[in-house]
Amino acid sequence: MTQALVGTSVKRKEDPRFIQGRGKYVANLQLPEMAYIAVKRSPYAHARIEAIDTRAAEAMAGVLAIFTGQELIDSGVGKLPCGWVVPGCKVPTRWPVVPVGDKVRHVGDSVAVVVATSPYIAEDAVEAIEVSYTPFAAVTDAKRAMQPGQPVLHDDIPNNLSYTWALGDRPTIEQALSASAHVIKLDLTNQRLIPNAMEPRAAVAQWNAATEEMTLWTTSQNPHPIRLLLSAFTLGIPEHKLRVISPDVGGGFGSKIFHYPEEIITPWVARKINRPVKWVASRSESFVTDSHGRDHVTHAELGLDAEGHITALLVETWADHGAYLSTFAPLIPTAFYHCLLSGLYKIPLIYGITYATLTNTVPVDAYRGAGRPEAAYVVERLIDLAARKLDLDPIAFRRHNFIQPEEFPYQTPVAMLYDSGDYNRLFDKAQELSSYSELVAAREAARAQGRLVGIGVSGCIEASGPAPSKVAGALGSAVGFWESSIVRVHPSGKVSVLTGSHTHGQGHETAFAQIVADQLGVPMEDIEVIHGDTAAIPFGMGTYGSRSMAVGGSAIVKSAEKVRKKMLKIAAHQLEAAEEDLTYDFNGGGVYVKGSPSQKKSFFDLSLGAYTAHNLPDGLEPGLEEQAFYDPANFTFPNSAHICQVEIDRATGEVSVQKYYAVDDVGNVINPMLVDGQIVGGIAQGIGQALWEYGAYDESGQLLSGTFMDYAMPRADVMPAIHTARTVTPSPHNPLGVKGAGEMGTIAATVAVAHAVMDALAPLGIRHLDMPFTAEKVWSAIQEAA
Amino acid sequence: MYPSKFDYVRAQSVEEAVERTSSHSNAKLLAGGHSLIPALKLRLAQPDLLVDLGRIAALKGISRHNGTVSVGALTTHATCAASDDLPKVWSEAAGLIGDPQVRNRGTVGGNIAHADPASDLPTVLIALGAQIHVQGTAGSRAIPADEFFVDLFTTSLEEGEIITRVEVPAESNQGSAYTKVFNPASRYAILGVAAQVAIAGGVCRQLRVAAGGSTPKAIRAHHVEAALQGQPLNDTTIQHAAAAIAEDLGEEVIGDMYASAAYRRSIAAQIAARALSAAAARAR
Ligand SMILES: Cc1cc2nc3c(=O)[nH]c(=O)nc-3n(C[C@H](O)[C@H](O)[C@H](O)COP(=O)(O)OP(=O)(O)OC[C@H]3O[C@@H](n4cnc5c(N)ncnc54)[C@H](O)[C@@H]3O)c2cc1C
Repeated sequence: MTQALVGTSVKRKEDPRFIQGRGKYVANLQLPEMAYIAVKRSPYAHARIEAIDTRAAEAMAGVLAIFTGQELIDSGVGKLPCGWVVPGCKVPTRWPVVPVGDKVRHVGDSVAVVVATSPYIAEDAVEAIEVSYTPFAAVTDAKRAMQPGQPVLHDDIPNNLSYTWALGDRPTIEQALSASAHVIKLDLTNQRLIPNAMEPRAAVAQWNAATEEMTLWTTSQNPHPIRLLLSAFTLGIPEHKLRVISPDVGGGFGSKIFHYPEEIITPWVARKINRPVKWVASRSESFVTDSHGRDHVTHAELGLDAEGHITALLVETWADHGAYLSTFAPLIPTAFYHCLLSGLYKIPLIYGITYATLTNTVPVDAYRGAGRPEAAYVVERLIDLAARKLDLDPIAFRRHNFIQPEEFPYQTPVAMLYDSGDYNRLFDKAQELSSYSELVAAREAARAQGRLVGIGVSGCIEASGPAPSKVAGALGSAVGFWESSIVRVHPSGKVSVLTGSHTHGQGHETAFAQIVADQLGVPMEDIEVIHGDTAAIPFGMGTYGSRSMAVGGSAIVKSAEKVRKKMLKIAAHQLEAAEEDLTYDFNGGGVYVKGSPSQKKSFFDLSLGAYTAHNLPDGLEPGLEEQAFYDPANFTFPNSAHICQVEIDRATGEVSVQKYYAVDDVGNVINPMLVDGQIVGGIAQGIGQALWEYGAYDESGQLLSGTFMDYAMPRADVMPAIHTARTVTPSPHNPLGVKGAGEMGTIAATVAVAHAVMDALAPLGIRHLDMPFTAEKVWSAIQEAA
Repeated sequence: MYPSKFDYVRAQSVEEAVERTSSHSNAKLLAGGHSLIPALKLRLAQPDLLVDLGRIAALKGISRHNGTVSVGALTTHATCAASDDLPKVWSEAAGLIGDPQVRNRGTVGGNIAHADPASDLPTVLIALGAQIHVQGTAGSRAIPADEFFVDLFTTSLEEGEIITRVEVPAESNQGSAYTKVFNPASRYAILGVAAQVAIAGGVCRQLRVAAGGSTPKAIRAHHVEAALQGQPLNDTTIQHAAAAIAEDLGEEVIGDMYASAAYRRSIAAQIAARALSAAAARAR
């Protein structure tokens, strides 16, 4: 094989349209006679709805209708389901719109729906709706929610405990810890984050009364599963009568995986009033309705023997799920969390338990990394403290405990079977890239001057491209984790690639085209990648968990291989040669006789020939289109070594990240520029969590950081220059040898920055602070230490 | 995030803008819109009429004559940040406002009329002893900066009065500087200190210091000034004088989720010292 477009930084095919403002997002869609929805939302975190008075609102000119929850329920709309139910899980029920007599359970819960001829009027009418509530006390803390005497959100879920999930044998681990030479203990929180995709969620629905078909445009990372949930559980329009389109989407970070009330309400209203209907979230609504991320409270203990080898790990976590279980919530602090607790290390014994609680807050679900950043943070904080305890360099201590290259595939005690890796080489590269010993020397010099300079190291593992479907099913999943693809060669030799994964910033239209260009030997310009439309693509699982390339890309390779096979058959017939004597031409497409390139059938000839069907081998079906469903054998396990340097302003406590070096092993790389984009963007998000971002609630359940004036996103001007490099250990079990690249930046950067801040403060005797390391928090710690 | 209903007119002159706003019971002036439009979208402001000043050329630009610099009310922060005519403390502060979009839209007049306690300009204008020129139905007047800012979001502007320009003395032998601690979310000031100083005969002369961001309105730091006036400028004298800022801030210090009142009070001396040192280094 040649024509190596794979591995090169081909510029993004999608950028010209985005740069020129020609992207087509849900909110851009205008249809004739369109009506607009606005949602009346609860200002209370916990209250019973006693009555809703819509009279004044209904009387307003331009208001078409107002609906309450009861009307949706009466017409057969179902409760929002949970797509991942672990054993013993109590699933709190949730209507798309809370009916009178029921309770609202977080600020932002939907109470009534206004339909009007303009979004302005809809908003006016929302203000005119009068709702009377009986407010109750709220609970907003994951750990406190379980304690006796706390407000209970759902009558059928005592102590607000949705489920408990454990892995490992506690007595064995406790025994190993007590027999250890050293035990590092740590209590930490991983604070709540608010995803804040640049494009707010939106939905447009159009009902065709003649054919009884519904089309829904929605900002989803996975339109097919959304259609399935709408059909089977909530809206009730059957799958063959429901088309879900997810066009250009401006970022998701997990928050657009889930099934949300508004994508039920919008089509429901469109059918009810028989007009196209649009709903677009305001930024204020995004803050209180998009699922949040993280929010763990954890106690952890790590045992070491006298030689500094890890003996055992125990992790107890209280995970806040918010007021209801969002679509995949129970997956995150269970399989995606405890199964990653081995990190890069040989840890013979691990025990983990999660108490999943419900609070009067926005539901919490997957957010970039989803469970794995939480796991990495726990493991790495302990590793860093262990190195400090033994007075070892943090990298030297890590190396001492690494899983070694010859030990792969490596079975961890927490179910995961790591596919491949070479963590020594990874850290060699990181030390070289960062000139680590010089960094350390510079830090010592700065310290001697009394400056607070710190170096942070993180070594993280990720399980990306969830797999296989069989195992997911056994763990509680309602869906499979395969991906579909179609490679369709048109009679003229142009190629359409259909994928069930979805791009919302990642660049699939480019990367997938690169793969097909190499697979078929055709130019990039001749290939179009199509995604995000249930009417075009057979089925698909969408994009999350860094799965698109490892799973979706692999499915595309499989389809392309089938296309080549068929071309070979046709060529063999037409050239009157045996298939074994032919070879595919990867530099230009087509098939020729081995050793005799002039005896060739071109790509064009074979494409056209497949459709004219004038000269096909007996029994071969006409056409040139192949489909594959690829179910991965395992996750892939990307890993990373990140090193950064921070300096703290002693007078104010402000932290500035000055240097950042990232070495990632994401297996083979299809497009280095796209991978860099994923890594660097992820690092920005990780720095954001470490230093600023915090979805903070007060005791009454009001979100304190509900606008960008209070929720601190990372900004370009406070980002350091980020130096990236890679090592490559291909994944042995997928045809591309790739591993996930979408989440590692976020996972690793949070840890690296946290460690740098702790390193800067270590000379003052400060052992641990919880994120975010805001100026005041750091400053106060400095004062207390003095 | 849709505002309630309002009408819109684009004023062609200051006179027309005065006439439009004063003859209407619930009108608001629109300049860069960077405070007003968010307030409209959140429905915190619900005016019936917006009078857009945006096309009034006479309100734009910076000019310098006879030792005075005059800045039109519609001049953007970006223009101020790039100006060599303005005292350094102003251009420096302007360059630290928000982000490029905010600096390209936000205006001097809108900023001070809004009187957000977290804004940077009130602090700068108080330190510089600015005169704020306004025009209303009763004619024009100039208001000294110390008297212009009354309280949180409150100024001494009368109904219908429009800010036309701000005048400050041009900088000659003085040095000036602005030091800011950012709110990491909004980029407004948690605390900002503006200082201007001249050095004559080796000692500090004409010292003016103001602080903002932490108090309901920006304040003049008289205690700091008194402690340093006539003193030689070195680390010791600066640190000593800067410590007096606690008294200037007084009891009414603001706190929020990023910075409590106690924190602001505690770091103020160091921030003031930095502003003083930077201003001293720039004085010739
Ligand atoms: C994200 C963000 C970050 C910001 N960060 C900072 C910061 O760090 N520091 C800082 O100082 N500021 C900051 N600002 C404020 C910004 O710099 C503008 O100065 C401010 O929004 C007001 O100016 P404007 O021209 O946009 O006024 P507008 O929003 O148009 O008007 C504001 C108010 O002033 C009135 N008004 C406008 N012009 C006049 C006039 N000539 N006479 C009388 N009344 C008038 C209006 O009626 C209105 O009430 C920020 C704003 C945003 C949106």
